[in-house]
Amino acid sequence: MLNNKLSGERKAYILLMKALMLFSVAVTAALVLFLFGYVLIRGLPNISWELLSTKPSYLTERIGILPDILNTLYLLLATLAVGLPLGVGAAVYLTEYAGNRRLVSLIEYAAETLSGIPSIIYGLVGMLFFCQFLRMKTSLLAGALTLVIMNLPTIMRTTQESLKTVPQSYREGAFGLGAGKWRVVRTVVLPNCLDGIITGCILAAGRVLGESAALLYTAGFAHAVHGLKEGLLSPGASLTVALYVYAKEQGEFAVAFAIAAILMLLTLLINLLAALVQKGCKRRTSQ
Amino acid sequence: MNNIMTARDLCLWYGQAQALKNINMDIAENSITALIGPSGCGKSTFLKTLNRMNDLVPGVKITGQVCYREEDIYDKNVDVNQLRREVGMVFQKPNPFPMSIYDNIAYGPRTHGIRKRGELDEIVEQALRDAAIWDEVKDRLKKNALGLSGGQQQRLCIARALAVKPSVLLMDEPTSALDPISTSRIEELAMGLKDRYTIVIVTHNMQQALRISDNTAFFLLGELVEYGDTQTMFDQPADKRTEAYITGRFG
Amino acid sequence: MERAGIAPRPFRKGDNMAKKKQLVENLVHGLFLLLGLITVGCVLLITLYLVVSGIPAIREIGLADFLFGRRWASTAAEPAYGILPFILTSIYGTAGAILIGVPLGFLCAVYLAKMAQPGIRNIMESAVSLLAGIPSVVYGLVGMLVLVPGIRRLFHVPDGASLLAAILVLAVMILPSIIKVSITALEAVPREYEEASLALGATPVETWFRVSVPAAKSGIAAAVVLGVGRAIGETMAVMMVSGNAPNMPDLFQSVRFLTTAVASEMAYSAGLQQQALFSIALVLFLFIMLINAALKAFLKGSKEG
Repeated sequence: MLNNKLSGERKAYILLMKALMLFSVAVTAALVLFLFGYVLIRGLPNISWELLSTKPSYLTERIGILPDILNTLYLLLATLAVGLPLGVGAAVYLTEYAGNRRLVSLIEYAAETLSGIPSIIYGLVGMLFFCQFLRMKTSLLAGALTLVIMNLPTIMRTTQESLKTVPQSYREGAFGLGAGKWRVVRTVVLPNCLDGIITGCILAAGRVLGESAALLYTAGFAHAVHGLKEGLLSPGASLTVALYVYAKEQGEFAVAFAIAAILMLLTLLINLLAALVQKGCKRRTSQ
Repeated sequence: MNNIMTARDLCLWYGQAQALKNINMDIAENSITALIGPSGCGKSTFLKTLNRMNDLVPGVKITGQVCYREEDIYDKNVDVNQLRREVGMVFQKPNPFPMSIYDNIAYGPRTHGIRKRGELDEIVEQALRDAAIWDEVKDRLKKNALGLSGGQQQRLCIARALAVKPSVLLMDEPTSALDPISTSRIEELAMGLKDRYTIVIVTHNMQQALRISDNTAFFLLGELVEYGDTQTMFDQPADKRTEAYITGRFG
Repeated sequence: MERAGIAPRPFRKGDNMAKKKQLVENLVHGLFLLLGLITVGCVLLITLYLVVSGIPAIREIGLADFLFGRRWASTAAEPAYGILPFILTSIYGTAGAILIGVPLGFLCAVYLAKMAQPGIRNIMESAVSLLAGIPSVVYGLVGMLVLVPGIRRLFHVPDGASLLAAILVLAVMILPSIIKVSITALEAVPREYEEASLALGATPVETWFRVSVPAAKSGIAAAVVLGVGRAIGETMAVMMVSGNAPNMPDLFQSVRFLTTAVASEMAYSAGLQQQALFSIALVLFLFIMLINAALKAFLKGSKEG
């Protein structure tokens, strides 16, 4: 009696669902492989030292992406330099200081809202507020400040999660020795959530690297080589914006694919770093 | 009386740890068999070997034989889903699905291919009546089952198990999460079901075993120490360890 | 009696050192409060700017003409500012992406959460994270050079840059968030539900789809809403594959989304045209706020259910 196998209808259902699931996973895996394979195969051969180390010139019709690399770097530095203290500070306030439940949920709601706003709207408001109202003009600094607002929720959330894992007993121990709140936060709490802060940094770096819509009208399209200080105050295209311009407006697909390949490699690197940091903290907390 | 299930030289390992040692046991049809013993003695593990719920635990190894109506249930030709249909199970914590009361009961029959509305209605009503909960829920069959009280949820779970028309019902400490009044209702229910079903129940409660079971098995450290008629076992335990346990020397 | 060498330490509030300490504490507290309030300030700033700069054009054009006008010709001699084509394109595009991306992502999530071996699951989860990390311009580039010509050849249309191309790109772009959020929801389903189903003689596959999935439905709904938010807000990738002509939506026609409408004209716009672009951004913002509210409701439901 027990050897009665499943009815045909049930068997068919199970088979169908399994097939559908495997199909979906196969499609997803194939997409990832294709995207990376295609971009790298078309892009890597176009990367040359000349491309990386020069700036574009209309006279010689040469295209170089050095300014775009530098601009991206400046954007990254400026965004993290401003965003990190703000995001970490906000997280510290929420987990260590805030007493008012309503205020906390208001701040958290605001952060959620920010993370849902599309980047083009950030670009627009960034243009109105930083470029026009604060008279920064179209500049990397305006772009970076726009990116700071975009990335605040990310940095805040990862720091907050990490702060929550710092054992209450550490804090109690320090308070018990007569340390003030600020001292406890500075010496006991923050050092113990470094991994969360680093994770937040890496995630934010990934977003800065990949962002384009928010930068179009805040940081602009220029391809000039500047030092950091000068660069921040002048307009400049990031790698992503340069990719867009070369592909969509100039039809320079070789350069576009070279930039795309660089961006893909950086994405790979950032994912790897994030995984490593996460692995590192798991090991630490399990000890 | 016929034996509906038998275990022969049954051993079970979780990885390296042996949880059951050479269990030999016959379970009589249309009776209530209680499995008692201290925590970690293997009684729940044994219960789960009877419908192969242990298959879900990674690293389990089983030797020996368990038969249901003379068929080896660990034979490779056995369909485990058919087995679980014949040998149903009620868990320690009431676990109704987060669906309506009706859909909870109809879940099993639907799984086994019954689609007709009229037929399902009948099965649902019968199962709820058998589980003595029909009068309490008949007006709110479409309401979410999670809105019921703990005791009601457990009777609903019994009704859900009955709806696939099993022959054997395994109960894993079904009253340990319930209050005394709900507990006594479940006990009454179990005794009422005995005519048509075979019940194997794991319990921590000596009184409960004494009140409802026909046969009792006492497990200790993975061994079946003593097995026999409940009344006899509680009056004159043959083994010192059984006596020590039922008189409350260790628990 | 004092022991030599150790001065008595002040601990009362009135003492000088304690006062100074208290002052520092208060300052720091205030500073952190300020940092905490920055997010709130940003949300207010964004809302304020969009409302203030978005309202004038709507007042001048008229709300009904703006929202339901079927013609957008901002640079014509007699300009028309109707954004119905953009609204509908955004809605159709998002719906299409959801229609393709959700089943794909959802089935993937069930496989990864319930069926996959740990090794495969790890690999696939990293692959999905990679997919999430690819910049949208790269999606746009690949779409431009693979998808657009492909559609042109496959369907024999004059230009492959179309709503269909945008839908396909968006479907891929929302996959990661749908997969990740659905996996989290499926993992949260109590083990007991699945055991009960198996004990009734249901097979694992039947159990996943008939018990685990319904039990995780609000979490999965949240995944869908999140996908909607992503799709409706995406700009660059869509701009590169959809052709950007302000047509009413048609699968094989060049179309313009709310997001791309703002992005594509901002560079050279002025006067009423620019104000109208701000108004489009305001409409987009309202859509997003609506979606956020829905998301919050679903997440709340999944916590309670």
